[in-house]
Amino acid sequence: MIGFELVRRAAPSRHMQVLAPVQAVLLTLLAGLALFAALGQDPLRAFHEFFIAPVSSANGLSEWLLKASPLCLIGLGLAVAYRANVWNIGAEGQMYIGGVCATGLAIHFQDSWGPFLLPAMIVAGALGGMFWASITALCRARFNASEILVSLMLTYVANMVVKYLVFGPWQDPQANNFPLTVEFQDDALFPLFAALGWEWFEGARLNLSIVITLVAIPLAWFFCERTFAGFQLAVAGVAPAAARYAGFSAPRAVWVAMLASGGAAGLAGVSEVAGPIGQLNDRWTPEYGFTAIIVAALARLNPLAVPFAALLMALLYLGGESVQIELQLPKSISQVFQGLLLMFLLGSEVLVRFRLRRRREGGSVQATERSVDAGARRSPGEGQR
Amino acid sequence: MKRSTFLGAAVVSVAMAGMGLGIATAAEPIKAAFVYVGPVGDGGWTYAHDLGRKAMEKALGGKVVSTIVENVPESGDAERVIRDLAAKGNKLIFTTSFGYMDSTLKVAKSFPKVEFYHATGFKSAPNVTIYNSRMYEPAYLAGIIAGHMSKSGKLGVVASFPIPEVVRNINAYTMGARMVNPAITTKVVWVSTWYDPTKERQAAEALIGQGVDVLIQNTDSSAPLQAAQDKGVYAFGWDSDMTAYGPKAHLASAIEIWGGYYTKAAEAAVAGKPLKQTVWGGIKEGMNDLVSINPIVPEAARKQVADKRAEIAGGKLVFTGPIKGQDGTMKVAAGKSLTDKEIDSINWYVEGVEGQLPGQK
Repeated sequence: MIGFELVRRAAPSRHMQVLAPVQAVLLTLLAGLALFAALGQDPLRAFHEFFIAPVSSANGLSEWLLKASPLCLIGLGLAVAYRANVWNIGAEGQMYIGGVCATGLAIHFQDSWGPFLLPAMIVAGALGGMFWASITALCRARFNASEILVSLMLTYVANMVVKYLVFGPWQDPQANNFPLTVEFQDDALFPLFAALGWEWFEGARLNLSIVITLVAIPLAWFFCERTFAGFQLAVAGVAPAAARYAGFSAPRAVWVAMLASGGAAGLAGVSEVAGPIGQLNDRWTPEYGFTAIIVAALARLNPLAVPFAALLMALLYLGGESVQIELQLPKSISQVFQGLLLMFLLGSEVLVRFRLRRRREGGSVQATERSVDAGARRSPGEGQR
Repeated sequence: MKRSTFLGAAVVSVAMAGMGLGIATAAEPIKAAFVYVGPVGDGGWTYAHDLGRKAMEKALGGKVVSTIVENVPESGDAERVIRDLAAKGNKLIFTTSFGYMDSTLKVAKSFPKVEFYHATGFKSAPNVTIYNSRMYEPAYLAGIIAGHMSKSGKLGVVASFPIPEVVRNINAYTMGARMVNPAITTKVVWVSTWYDPTKERQAAEALIGQGVDVLIQNTDSSAPLQAAQDKGVYAFGWDSDMTAYGPKAHLASAIEIWGGYYTKAAEAAVAGKPLKQTVWGGIKEGMNDLVSINPIVPEAARKQVADKRAEIAGGKLVFTGPIKGQDGTMKVAAGKSLTDKEIDSINWYVEGVEGQLPGQK
């Protein structure tokens, strides 16, 4: 039988490892042009409406950063966790609980805590996210339960916690039985850039929560690349046996990974409820926690690449809205783009590590070129232990 | 005196200039935009709004052009979409789901010259007008048919969120059925979404599994009706005429009719006098109805529905006493009716509805 087979390369090219995501993005864009043409649109005009028009005004830029910021923050946390081979899929739920903890302070102490309220909410949000992640960490570290399943299922529990609160004890009494809390006062909201005298952002929603993300980027990088704890985590991820031999505690790696990613997700929750939403309600399910998984994968778990991946994912959302408004194309094009991107990314990654070869007649050939793939980090696509 | 005459003349001339401007801009079509929570192809809620939009475009000829954005989440994203539409020169913006309420109000503040219309909310502003339809009226009529058709005496509701808008529909449906057969009970499953065909279908199947033989839904897709068709029980269409999705199971459809309202709002905008009045219309105003009754529904049921429909169209209120609460206590005394304010914040079940209302205090 004549066919093709994948053969593991002796050593993946370091250049191509870096370039694979770039190639995936370029292929996505090319496929996008073809897609627009197939939909009967002028591809260049549609391309402009999708990728350029949404971010060519101050308000557009503000919306872009506002959307990318939580994706980036959660993506950073997930990159740290995935490096350690700890697959936290429940960042969405950790984000809800972060938002819930911040909301608890906001609605109970709006009138009394003044300027201390917002910092307290930020701390509470991070702790809330860490607490929710710690349940998963405990199950994994103590009972060896799958963190993938536990964290994912806890997301739905977290959603129920939100629902219980907004339908019950935290419901705004003025809200005609609708499931919402009171709207936050200024003390409980991140100040807008426009309100800080940045006239360029007049009327835009961008707020100071983005500073948290900007601080988190170098921190995450420093932790991963320059600290011993970050090194331990990476070793535990790439070569668990070696990590054990070196005396690195495996449960500790699980805890560090879960708490870091949970804390980041919790902070993203605060930036949402104390930012563009300004209250807690039962409809708040932005799915940033799930999208951030793609962000972390696209960035190849490199903290310095996460912001770019987050900006790209955010742009796909804005672009989908833009082409619907301007060209009346279906908004689900955004999801097509996300799918294309993921497909090209995984395809590129496979071809970086393997090469395509014509299948020979009979006999296995894999042994001849097989080598230990020690240098390459595992990517989320092959995360099974 | 002279000065005031001069001022008066100035005011008149400015006003005339303004009118001139109004006429000048009337030649250009007015831009209207619609924000949808689901896809137009949901066959239910969003589809009904889109039919309304098309009726408006048709009625106004070329005087209005409209844009839609579908699948807009009721989270932080809504504000961006609404703001973008306002910034792009739309003069009328219809936000067609409850969850857009606060986003609509926020954007409306920065665009005082744009008229915003929000469906099903309860907060308004000088340029935010609320409109809604009394879906509990057709739900009540559907209940009458259900009362005639159910053999098991168990009705089911696939419900979205336990908010007053949905609770009152469950109540009206149950009241209609119990008028025919006082032993009937209603089971409710909450799916916590407006549009998720998979979840809606699962909920419908769960209800059917518990012996329910007539379903109604307060969600946006046709999945519950399709489930009923597959399992050989009955169901109603909701928001749009859903006959085609399950012709055997389909007893009738409780539909929303938005075209008239959208046309009025657009005409008012073209005339330069924006529509500002809160509208909460029902069968009487032609904003909803029960249509496409299946031929298998017996004549007695049809007649009863026609009679009640005529009464409602004539101004009779559905929530008129005696109405007992779930625990049998009298909630509305004979001869009294719930006020609009009470209907709009209702948080209790009528007698015959099973289970506890989430969040009930």
